[in-house]
Amino acid sequence: MTGGGAETINFKSALREAAIAGGLALLLTLPLIGLKTIETSHGLVIQPHFADVAVTVLLVFMGRLGLVLAATGLGWPVLAIAGAVTAAGWLVPFPTDALRWLDIAGGGVVAIFASLALRSSRVGFDQAERDRRMDRIGARLQDASRLIGPAAVLFALALPMLPFANRGVVDLGCVLLSYIMLGWGLNIVVGLAGLLDLGYVAFYAVGAYSYALLAQTFGFGFWLCLPLAGVFASLYGLMLGFPVLRLRGDYFAIVTLAFAEIVRMVLLNWTSLTNGPVGIAAIPRPSFFGIADFTNSPAEGRLAFHQMFGLDYAPIHRIIFLYYVILALALVVNFFTLRIRRLPLGRAWEALREDDIACTALGINSTNIKLAAFAIAGMFGGFAGAFFASRQGFISPESFTFIESAIILAIVVLGGMGSQVGVVIAALLVVGLPEAFRDLAQYRMLAFGAGMVLIMLWRPRGLLAHRDPTILLHVRKSARQQQAESEARG
Amino acid sequence: MLKINSVRTFYGAIEALKGIDLEVAEGEIVTLIGANGAGKSTLLMTICGNPQARYGHVVFEGEDIARLPTASIIRRGIAQVPEGRRIFPRMTVLENLQLGALIAPPTCFKDDMERVFTLFPRLKERADQRGGTLSGGEQQMLAIGRALMSRPRLLLLDEPSLGLAPLVVKQIFEIIRDINREQGMTVFLVEQNAHRALRLAHRAYVMVNGLITLSGTGAALLVNPEVRAAYLEGGH
Repeated sequence: MTGGGAETINFKSALREAAIAGGLALLLTLPLIGLKTIETSHGLVIQPHFADVAVTVLLVFMGRLGLVLAATGLGWPVLAIAGAVTAAGWLVPFPTDALRWLDIAGGGVVAIFASLALRSSRVGFDQAERDRRMDRIGARLQDASRLIGPAAVLFALALPMLPFANRGVVDLGCVLLSYIMLGWGLNIVVGLAGLLDLGYVAFYAVGAYSYALLAQTFGFGFWLCLPLAGVFASLYGLMLGFPVLRLRGDYFAIVTLAFAEIVRMVLLNWTSLTNGPVGIAAIPRPSFFGIADFTNSPAEGRLAFHQMFGLDYAPIHRIIFLYYVILALALVVNFFTLRIRRLPLGRAWEALREDDIACTALGINSTNIKLAAFAIAGMFGGFAGAFFASRQGFISPESFTFIESAIILAIVVLGGMGSQVGVVIAALLVVGLPEAFRDLAQYRMLAFGAGMVLIMLWRPRGLLAHRDPTILLHVRKSARQQQAESEARG
Repeated sequence: MLKINSVRTFYGAIEALKGIDLEVAEGEIVTLIGANGAGKSTLLMTICGNPQARYGHVVFEGEDIARLPTASIIRRGIAQVPEGRRIFPRMTVLENLQLGALIAPPTCFKDDMERVFTLFPRLKERADQRGGTLSGGEQQMLAIGRALMSRPRLLLLDEPSLGLAPLVVKQIFEIIRDINREQGMTVFLVEQNAHRALRLAHRAYVMVNGLITLSGTGAALLVNPEVRAAYLEGGH
């Protein structure tokens, strides 16, 4: 496609396409935006907001028209108009702020699109070419992850010492690392073994309640409870595994989801043990490896952390300590996964993901292999749960709803199933962004959804879907390039 | 080596194998030919215990394996090259071979790998390439190589010629012959390409609707008028 406009521009079809988009927008927005229920003294009243609808439809119509015309060679006029529309977003009064942002964002997107069309004299690549390009970028990024990985670990280690690291930053770091750890844990089941587990949060819950109950009932310390929580979550994994592993695909996914709900229901209703919906409060905080406590006034005969190291008391000490605990736990999971891929068990998991019938033909006992995946991923989920309980000091079944499973799964899928670096990036996006953009209030979930849709459009197999071979025969400097080249040749 | 004794296998209520008797002696190439849906693949799968035979015995080296789970059967020294090859497409050739060797002693890996690479030099060239990017013939070679990595004493092949160009089929069959001659591997081959299979095999069976209707040496069946009429004429 040449950019000069040598071909005739088909206004008629462009207008039709834009009209269809506008019509769709009308259908969608009329009930969603156009009608609002308001409570008055006479009861519930429906208030029409047709101006909002009209503006929305107009914006969608113009946006679509702009995209189509930019694609057929009218780059300059579209760029000018889109720029004007974007500017108008700041100047012209709009019925609501949301529409103002829609106008600015939409105008911006069309303007970017038009300028791209002008530069490359074509709009977008076909799907296959785009996939290949993105794959190459992904492969290069993963190559670079050999350096990025250690650098990221060093950064994570240094983070609490950095000048901007206030309490909020370290807390956010803890949350992020928890999700990274959960993502890496679930990655074993979903990414490596290829079993779609929609109920990973159940392991998290079992770990959290194990710690809370053991610590409160028997007075066990964090460092004794941590392995126990792992053991309990692992046992839950085995218990779940026996009935579930006979199933496949969608059925498997649904049943894992159901079991997670069963766990939550038990936690809600077994009031005598779990305190039901009220939850468990005042869960003991972890000590400094059982040697010293993080408190200003230690109990009789106990040492306080700040005394031990001759520091002034500061509440952030405990948070920094927790940060390092979760960092260490997450790195353990990561290291385990990297190692296991090179061992027979990990290889069997990956083979299982590829083709379970072929696996059976090779003498691999797929039931045992799947159970191992469940038990190990469950153990890591249990560790994370125990950490969660000790950090929060309070847990209730509220924290273990399906949405948590969905978020962890989204991290794994968006990151690219099986990719360790992908999980980190996806966790930063999925958990970090909504936390960072709390100011956007209710629109942040909208942005989250839009981000997910974009990733799935551009990277349907996840951000980093490139799979690294675990072993190479021809070990040369550019083995990976060779592989890519020979594959490109076919 | 392998003795199948009045085996009957069912899919639900449907009787797929209606009493099969068959024998494979050590060092032989035995082939089973028959039309689509005759039950050839079912017999091969039954030997591997998936599905299990409802009645009858499958005796391998003196032991009845008919009721064992698949993984245990494979570990007793039977390797299967499944229909449609079923290599692991996202894993490299070398990783595919590693998976084949999962049940073999790890110390043998290097030697076994070299042996497979001598048999299939193409696989060595492509060792670091993903399985899914190989051509059909190369994938079939990989499937056979992967099966050999488990150090089997009996090799089961399910339609290795499926979807391959005639020249490639010829090559694959020559390799099967080499494996039998040079390594003394016992081979049980299920094929639709009756012509090539009968020329390769020492002995052969013909299956129709879940029953063995004919058996004899490959050469004898090749000239048998019934076999000629049903499987050989009007094609090859």
